[in-house]
Amino acid sequence: MDEKPIPLTQLPISKRGRIIGLDGGQGFKKKLRAMGIKEGQIIKVVTKQPFRGPVTIAFFSCQMTLGRGMADKITVEVI
Amino acid sequence: MIKKIVLMGNPNVGKSVVFSRLTGANVIASNYPGTTVDFFKGKMRVGGETYEIIDAPGTYSLEPSNKAEEVALEMLKNADIVINVVDSTNLERNLYLTLELLEQNKPIILVLNLWDEIKHLGIHIDEKTLEQLLGVPVIPTVALTGEGIKDLVTNIKNAKVNDKIKPTSEEGRWIEIGSIIKKVEIVEHRHHTLRDRISDLTIKPLTGIPIALGVIFISFWIVRLIGENLIIYLLDPIFDNFYLPLIEGLSEYIGPGTIHTLLIGDYGLPIDKIESLGMLTTGLYIPIGVVLPYIIAFYFMLSLLEDTGYLPRLATLVDKVFHKLGMHGHGIVPMFLGLGCNVPGALSTRTLETRKQRFISATLLAICVPCMAQLAMVFGVLGKHGIFYIFIVFITLIILYIILGLILNRFIKGESPEIFLEIPSYRRPSIKATIKKTWMRIRWFLKEAIPFLFLGVLIINVLYALGILQFISNALQPIMISIFGMPGDATIALITGLLRKDLAIGMLISLDMTPLQLVIAVTMLTIYFPCVATFSVLIKELGMKDMIKSASLMIGVAVIVGFLLKIILLGV
Ligand SMILES: Nc1nc2c(ncn2[C@@H]2O[C@H](COP(=O)(O)OP(=O)(O)OP(=O)(O)O)[C@@H](O)[C@H]2O)c(=O)[nH]1
Ligand SMILES: [Mg+2]
Repeated sequence: MDEKPIPLTQLPISKRGRIIGLDGGQGFKKKLRAMGIKEGQIIKVVTKQPFRGPVTIAFFSCQMTLGRGMADKITVEVI
Repeated sequence: MIKKIVLMGNPNVGKSVVFSRLTGANVIASNYPGTTVDFFKGKMRVGGETYEIIDAPGTYSLEPSNKAEEVALEMLKNADIVINVVDSTNLERNLYLTLELLEQNKPIILVLNLWDEIKHLGIHIDEKTLEQLLGVPVIPTVALTGEGIKDLVTNIKNAKVNDKIKPTSEEGRWIEIGSIIKKVEIVEHRHHTLRDRISDLTIKPLTGIPIALGVIFISFWIVRLIGENLIIYLLDPIFDNFYLPLIEGLSEYIGPGTIHTLLIGDYGLPIDKIESLGMLTTGLYIPIGVVLPYIIAFYFMLSLLEDTGYLPRLATLVDKVFHKLGMHGHGIVPMFLGLGCNVPGALSTRTLETRKQRFISATLLAICVPCMAQLAMVFGVLGKHGIFYIFIVFITLIILYIILGLILNRFIKGESPEIFLEIPSYRRPSIKATIKKTWMRIRWFLKEAIPFLFLGVLIINVLYALGILQFISNALQPIMISIFGMPGDATIALITGLLRKDLAIGMLISLDMTPLQLVIAVTMLTIYFPCVATFSVLIKELGMKDMIKSASLMIGVAVIVGFLLKIILLGV
């Protein structure tokens, strides 16, 4: 299995990944973590919009759309 | 001192429904995050004691990331007791804010709302253990049906300052949450349900975009269908068969004179519902007979879109386009709300994160998004000339929205952060809630529209009597003709539109203008200035300085568009 860290945007749709790192400013990381998008969290990609549009992810039992730039700053490993 | 109870919680967990249950006052609730953007106060009496209850916007943490969340935190500061409403289907994520609140040293009650939803999601929550672990009362509720609300009310006196949870870091909170969840929640494995499948289909681009186009098309089609039929089969017959004879009698009784002109219009039969410009004729017929049917139809459809949870999916699909215009997908919410009335549309720009986004969203809203009163004007004035002319107006507005957005995005300083939006699960809209919400909005419209139309009719009549309108119209005649290809009298319609756009219907119809001239007039009327109500809200939301900028844009754009349309449509 491929266990190299990849940005969330490269996580294949419907595969599960574990977050291993967040990039970016303190405020941004805080905002994500308060939502539960934090190191160790298991997430899935529901869909990606074309032309580098936003990414919709699923974690816990909720879904969330976030911009491609933000998703790029989330590093995951495929599990 | 009356104790203040503030409802705090993540967005879209049902705070506003709980608020309505507790206070009996009605506030708007919808199935998307960011419905409430301001605070609302209400009163509740329990056992001889009166409490003030405050519904606040939702927030994910105690660090605000937009104006709506700032409002929530402001409310929290003055709270004597906090009711923390959480989404039981999403307990783990919601507990983050709960822990932050518990660290605040305020008496708290935890409400596990949406309790009805957890059963078919295969989630089991042990609320008794949760109560022990957190050291504050925990009450399961189904706010929509009222289940558990009584329990909540009787437990308000038991609200406690937590002594179990100690302040800690982000990481510490998540560790704490992890250990709490292990003890109180079991989630059964669950297969893909129909609801999940619909959710997937409507958010994936390949299927989602065609569905979105279909949904929008059908929505407008239904709005027109309901609106038209209400007019043809209900309102017009009532006005023609019952109301007009009454007014004719009244006209006889009053006889010609100033009072007649003011109340009914010029003396003599037939009395025209639209053009006569009397308070009891035009002043009542336009809001009730022309605009109201579309208001009913529109808000009914909007409620359905809101309560199912479709809007955040639409926001996801259009995000990329809106980003090019300096906003992000959530900008679709002010736009949709604005189609009903620009006032709530302008307020909902608070959910956008930066000044730049709010400025662009509000300005485009005021310029390019016609509210129901404006739409009624477009249909009322151009309808009988054919759908083609209406089409020109819409195409112009859409093109303008895009071009102006692209330009503003380039030239307005500031950042346009990316979308960060929770996608709620689909819910079947309750018919009762839909009707109630539609009714609340209709009442609001009537309260807002009728006084303004009365006032407008009054002012116009006075200005006419004094000869002021005729003077302005004569003075501007050459300018109007040379720049916009319109007769000077059209100025009067433009001035009237400052108060309310629907008021201009009667003025425009009574003028002798070609359909293409009317297209120009109607388009300019839509663009150049929002109604006074929207204007005052925008001043508050944007601040004076930005509002002056925005207003100059409105006027500038109206002049340019009017001029271009003259060249294109009239060929001179
Ligand atoms: N099934 C079910 N639906 C509920 C319940 N409580 C609220 N809802 C629905 O959940 C949605 C959100 O309710 P709101 O009251 O608008 O949520 P809010 O917390 O005020 O949301 P914001 O103002 O956006 O922060 C609405 O569509 C409600 O009808 C409940 O107990 N059960
Ligand atoms: Mg609310």
